[in-house]
Amino acid sequence: MSDASQVQPPRTPFLRAETLRAAAWQALMLALIGWLAWSAFDNAVENMRARGVPTDFSFWNRPSGFDINQTLVQYSSSGSTYGRAFVVGLLNTLLVAAFGVLFATVLGFAIGVARLSGNWIVARLATIYVEVIRNTPLLLQLLFWYNAVLKPLPGPRQSLALPAGAWVNNRGLFLPEPMFGPGAEWALAALGAGIAGTIALRLWSARRRAATGVGAPVLWPSLALVIGLPLLVFALAGAPLTWSFPELRGFNFQGGVRVFPEFVALLLGLSLYTAAFIAEIVRAGIVSVSRGQTEAASALGLTRGLSLRLVVVPQAMRVIVPPLTNQYLNLTKNSSLAVFIGYPDLVQVFAGTVLNQTGAAVQVISITMAVYLALSLLTSAAMNLFNRRFALQER
Amino acid sequence: MASRASGAYLRTSVSPDLPPPARVGGPVAWVRENLFGGVLSSVLTVLSALFLVWVTPDLIRWLFIDAVWSAPDGEACRAPGAGACWAYVRAKISFFAYGSYPRDLLWRVDLTLLLGALLAAWLLWPGARRKGLGLLLFLVAYPILAYNLLHGMADSLRAVLRGLADVSGSAALADVAQNALPVVGTNLWGGIFVSLLVATVGIVVSLPLGVLLALGRQSSAPVLRMVCVVLIEVVRGVPLITVLFMANTMLPLFVPEQWSPDRLMRPLIGVAIFASVYMAEVVRGGLQAVPKGQFEGAMALGLTWRHRMALIVMPQALTTVIPGIVNSFIALFKDTTLVAIVGIFDFLRAVDTQRLDPEWAGPSISATGYVFAAAFYFVFCFAMSRYSLMMERRLARGHAK
Amino acid sequence: MKITRTALLASVAAAILTAATSAASAQAQVARTLEQVKSRGFISCGSNPGLAGFGMPDDKGTWAGLDVDLCRAVSAAIFNDPNKVKFIPLTAKDRFTALQTGEIDVLARNGTWTQSREAELGLLWTGINYYDGQGFMVRKKLNVSSALELSGASICVQQGTTTELNLADYFRSNNMKYEVVAFATSNEAVKAYDSGRCDAYTTDASGLYAERLKLVNADEHVVLPEVISKEPLGPSVRQGDDQWFNIVKWAHYAMLNAEELGVTKANLDEKLKSPNPEVRRLLGAEGDFGKALGLTPDWAYRIVQHVGNYGESFNRNVGEGSRLKIKRGLNNLWNKGGLQFAPPVR
Repeated sequence: MSDASQVQPPRTPFLRAETLRAAAWQALMLALIGWLAWSAFDNAVENMRARGVPTDFSFWNRPSGFDINQTLVQYSSSGSTYGRAFVVGLLNTLLVAAFGVLFATVLGFAIGVARLSGNWIVARLATIYVEVIRNTPLLLQLLFWYNAVLKPLPGPRQSLALPAGAWVNNRGLFLPEPMFGPGAEWALAALGAGIAGTIALRLWSARRRAATGVGAPVLWPSLALVIGLPLLVFALAGAPLTWSFPELRGFNFQGGVRVFPEFVALLLGLSLYTAAFIAEIVRAGIVSVSRGQTEAASALGLTRGLSLRLVVVPQAMRVIVPPLTNQYLNLTKNSSLAVFIGYPDLVQVFAGTVLNQTGAAVQVISITMAVYLALSLLTSAAMNLFNRRFALQER
Repeated sequence: MASRASGAYLRTSVSPDLPPPARVGGPVAWVRENLFGGVLSSVLTVLSALFLVWVTPDLIRWLFIDAVWSAPDGEACRAPGAGACWAYVRAKISFFAYGSYPRDLLWRVDLTLLLGALLAAWLLWPGARRKGLGLLLFLVAYPILAYNLLHGMADSLRAVLRGLADVSGSAALADVAQNALPVVGTNLWGGIFVSLLVATVGIVVSLPLGVLLALGRQSSAPVLRMVCVVLIEVVRGVPLITVLFMANTMLPLFVPEQWSPDRLMRPLIGVAIFASVYMAEVVRGGLQAVPKGQFEGAMALGLTWRHRMALIVMPQALTTVIPGIVNSFIALFKDTTLVAIVGIFDFLRAVDTQRLDPEWAGPSISATGYVFAAAFYFVFCFAMSRYSLMMERRLARGHAK
Repeated sequence: MKITRTALLASVAAAILTAATSAASAQAQVARTLEQVKSRGFISCGSNPGLAGFGMPDDKGTWAGLDVDLCRAVSAAIFNDPNKVKFIPLTAKDRFTALQTGEIDVLARNGTWTQSREAELGLLWTGINYYDGQGFMVRKKLNVSSALELSGASICVQQGTTTELNLADYFRSNNMKYEVVAFATSNEAVKAYDSGRCDAYTTDASGLYAERLKLVNADEHVVLPEVISKEPLGPSVRQGDDQWFNIVKWAHYAMLNAEELGVTKANLDEKLKSPNPEVRRLLGAEGDFGKALGLTPDWAYRIVQHVGNYGESFNRNVGEGSRLKIKRGLNNLWNKGGLQFAPPVR
């Protein structure tokens, strides 16, 4: 031992010390990148000024002067600013993305399960669906839905009547709109209370199961709380509900809720496209659960349904959720294809019209990219939380 | 069954024969098992069959029986009850394939595509030899050749040829230097060939750049790593359309005017960056799949970082990611349709604009064009995805040994 | 090991450095457009990707139109050849960016001259080569005879244009409701109108006549009489290069002056011998008016020789000699009841 301590490591000359050289490289890189970023910024500003392009964000508060057909918030060409137009576009993007995620998930799970079905014809149909959809461009599908399916619908005066007072024509889908009278807010409050009650009931039941091994019944009381209670309050308040039916007046239907064909085409295209990818993910997830798990579950006497719900799906979800997140992100990003079919999403309104009216290309594109980036980060954060629920509980 | 605990029961008689199992072979058994295995399954089968009966005859009638196969203009296709207008596709096929590329110079496009296909086959053929050379040709020689063929002879090459002509005094060579391969402006390019071009440029650039980014992401230098991570995550977090917008409107602000890229060049740059970051993630997956022992073994042999990477790690990593590369090529090929947003006439845009031709316009024209485009993309992408699956299986077999 | 990693770092650094240097030298471009054009050998002209009568390539890829003629006139003045022009088709959305970023030298793409485009976008209009106004086109079977009856209608429009803004103004000021359906290109907007998605399509009146030709049954559509805006259409250039601005401006004025003085493609050489001093100055027989512009004395002679005068160009592209058959109207010369008025050459 004492001998070994005598051996001195060879002394490295100061300048050739590895750590120092690495640090020097780092500093050089940092300086380079900083200089690059600064000079690019400086150049861009200089070039923009030389070419008379606006370099600030003052356009944000200027009146926009153009109209948008689908607006979720108050917007008009006279009173609203470019900033407001941005909000309108963003909300339209979020709207189509939210519905798209919902539909794509439901459809994707159904098709993923169908692909594994023992039924030959169902499995084949699901396979054909997945292959055709995945191997053609989304843009082509969108154009197809919009130009080849929705546009050939009849004009307003030859609209097709649907059940319950709804109409469809090449200007969109017209649905009756529920108009709530005074007292309806009580029913809404009851719905809130019902949901809160259900959550409390579930927590209590879970705790009881953990303590005694027998949980309280949850399903029926939950249904009663969430559906029955609001209905009861609604009835007690005198059912303050009237329907506003769409009516053909002038050029088109007035009244009711209108769903624009551009929205329908985009939603249809995005949902069907993403569903095919989700189906493959779901299939891979289910296949990844080893057969032994199912066999063990049936050995324990679980029915097929219970073994799916309690054993297979929770394990499959662990495999499914991370790529599912990616698909949700893809769907959100793909909603930018709206610009090709005239749906007023963020890209169409903001990176399209606003950019063109103001000429502030750099600012507008940077903001647009930042928004998508933020949406991506938020979605993955949310899905990470969700994922934690399904992750292996390691002891 | 005997109870072991008591031991009091012992069977004395032969148990009765069980009924024979239902027929396990033959079509009847197959149908029973695969189509009517239970109540739910039976219902689904009936519903599916009804769906097929409802859709298939109409589809076949529209696609083939009622279709107009040849006609001088859209008159026959506008007739009531007419199906797909394949005559329209026939009339427009050269525009769909080449855009407005001068008709007498099409051989240049054909030759480029043919060479590209040969090189791709060399690289993708599982048993082909000297793939390193093939890769080098594909990444370096082919782009140069393609540029000279498609766009026209580069000025530098002309100068070299002129120099040679002066030295040799050959009039023929001088003529070649002067007149061979005249420039065809990119504003005339279009159709399938531009779609393939965009996808190929994406893949040619993204392979080396993706590898560099993936290595940078794993680097021990925090600054380099940060730059790569930020670049990769930012570009992956935004839609391709915004990247294209950026390349189209912002890029010219950052470079000197005389360098200002051509209108086709800008989306190409955008697509290349976009493809590179996705490729970087694919390559990263491959790097992570290389067992740590390989790194350590190589280190123990005293190989330098470059040799470790070039001789041990990369060959393994890149082989495992071949399916991944093919898959990102499929995605890229489908994404090339988006370059239409910045005014490039790719295949889909060519199809989409020709719907408007008053000569042909009619109720079935849009659907015909889209179905044709869908068929093209499907054949291309489906074939590649099958190839990728096959490679995956081969690789899995290799690893199992 | 370190050495090779260093090599990697170095190569990345080198790449970044190259990019940065190029960015830095971007500042150094204040070169004059005329010199650039001369050394390049052609003019980059931003044009409409396909508007019959104004800018559209034919089957063989040859560009024709009123705006196209203006670029050809500039080319003729500089190079004595009307074909030294590279036409770059631009959508409404990215036409101004293309001019701002220097991709094109002149934008002749039926662009409307407005105050904000000059003040904020850093452009300059060199003149008005077509006085236009925005109108509406509807189907005949709707039985609409005035734009004021369009309340509640769906209207297809190309996004990012003054058209879109005028539309909003018009309906607002007349207290009418409407639904706007905006598309990135005029082709898509027209197609949507044609397929019945909209009741009306709106753009500049000249554009309506041109687009109507593209519809399946042109006779089923009618252009409403109202003109809801002033649309002075003309070519624009970047600010900061007065010489280039003058060249483009005077190319247009030369064509106007030629028409006013009765100089046509056909009688050009005859007119060269004319005693009229105005004609002699225009055609370069007297004085040296091209020099101050950076051009040759016969600059206007070349323009008329290769392109013709304004009246000839108008007639050939949009007037009686074309499929559009648009009347001269406001675009007639000032002494014939129109607004086209050119300052004299002297």
